[in-house]
Amino acid sequence: MRLTLHVWRQSGPSTPGKLETYPIDGVDADMSFLEMFDMLNEQLTLEGKEPVAFAHDCREGICGSCNMMISGQAHGPWKGATTCQLHMRAFKDGDEIWVEPWRAKAFPMVKDLVVDRSAFDRIIQAGGYISVNTGGARDANEILIGKEVVDESMDAAACIGCGACVAACPNASASLFTGAKITHLGLLPQGQPERDRRALAMVEQMDLEGFGHCTLTGECQEACPKEISIDVIKRMNRDYAVAAARYVEPKETAGAG
Amino acid sequence: MAYLARFWDSTIGKKSAEAMHDYATLLRTSMPVLWGARIALIGAVVLHAVAALQLTQRSNAARPQAYAKKAPQVTTFAAKTIRYGGVLLLAFIVFHILHMTLGVVAAPGFVHLDPYNNVRQGLANPLVAGFYLLAMAALGLHLYHGTWAVFRTLGVARPSPTPLKRRLAVALAAIVVLGFAAIPLGALAGAFTEQPSPVTAEGH
Ligand code: HEM
Ligand code: SF4
Ligand code: FES
Repeated sequence: MRLTLHVWRQSGPSTPGKLETYPIDGVDADMSFLEMFDMLNEQLTLEGKEPVAFAHDCREGICGSCNMMISGQAHGPWKGATTCQLHMRAFKDGDEIWVEPWRAKAFPMVKDLVVDRSAFDRIIQAGGYISVNTGGARDANEILIGKEVVDESMDAAACIGCGACVAACPNASASLFTGAKITHLGLLPQGQPERDRRALAMVEQMDLEGFGHCTLTGECQEACPKEISIDVIKRMNRDYAVAAARYVEPKETAGAG
Repeated sequence: MAYLARFWDSTIGKKSAEAMHDYATLLRTSMPVLWGARIALIGAVVLHAVAALQLTQRSNAARPQAYAKKAPQVTTFAAKTIRYGGVLLLAFIVFHILHMTLGVVAAPGFVHLDPYNNVRQGLANPLVAGFYLLAMAALGLHLYHGTWAVFRTLGVARPSPTPLKRRLAVALAAIVVLGFAAIPLGALAGAFTEQPSPVTAEGH
């Protein structure tokens, strides 16, 4: 099929960018969206132009790096799919497709379609972990957990940190991502000791990074390739409110840790 | 139908002017309570408006560069327009106080403590009644989004496989809007007949 692409080109964070139009012919319906982009880049290289920078790694929907805003939808038109899982049969001959990077102050531009998502790493560092003492490995099923709880926690744990929720949100809020982490850990017994501290630290880091606030439009849930429910945002809000009411910072202890 | 109309004319039509006057008098004889409620409500509106403004600024700052193409999937009309609707509601609240409480704007023949006739005359102007209806539409949209959102903001809603469904919010918004809209609609339909003012009748 023959397509017209409008792709965001920007050579660096401080140079202005703009949409460039590229016609592309011979696209196969069985190609993935990224394969179509590989084809485009070969074409650009042969024409002596700079290929489009886009991030990708696993090409199987688990790493969360192949981020593109495709005709106004994060990861394109397919529900529950990343850009690498999107196939060209989602489009038809003659289509015009707009491709832009994630747009959020907290995701600074690197180049073309690549943005820096390390704000997410800092949110995780603030509290997205559990502490386990070293020693002999413990039995896998030592702590029994109900199936409903495991299911809910695993659904939230499916988040791959792609940032589509931020990209799709009219307020560029990171609530779905942060909520998913807080839900995933906060539901399990292993996550209880740090639950209050985690909720406070992660939410506050999220705000510090300059993400917007949540107005519950539901766009994130719709865009999320892992179909994470906005119920995780409600859980984050409750955990934060409860923690803010009862959590007391532990006193600094003297001496070398 | 005729029976209903007659009933309305004879009993309620007459009674309502007095009932509304009694209600107004009751309010005025409980001044500390009235002022307590007024201060609390005004305070809530001010806090709400300030928070809304700050959050809107934050939201704008969070995406300095807009998308060339954006295709929202599930955002409701109510969620998209909540900021404009909120500003309209603020304007309405100010106007409503100037109009019905103080009687200084668009209130011909305003008589203190005669709310029945003040409503009758105040809403006789279709432009004014129309503004009341417009504000009620904004209120309905605000409640349609807000009463659903607030339980999630506070984290007290129960988990749901379809979290975007909102039966309670629809019902509440519909009841409140239809209830309030009935007054300007009634005024436009001429349901408020002229009644002697209880204020002059009682010699206030
Ligand atoms: C003063 C004028 C007003 C402004 C500027 C305003 C603006 C806003 C904004 C921007 C939101 C955020 C909505 C979101 O989550 O997307 C909101 C939420 C809300 N508003 Fe208003 N509004 C106003 C008046 C009112 C009034 C008069 C009521 C009640 C009758 C009301 C009830 C609510 C409720 C219940 C929410 C949901 C709160 C939440 O999501 O946690 N607002 N308003
Ligand atoms: S919640 Fe969904 S959309 Fe957001 S980062 Fe995780 S996987 Fe991506
Ligand atoms: S390339 Fe890893 S999720 Fe798409």
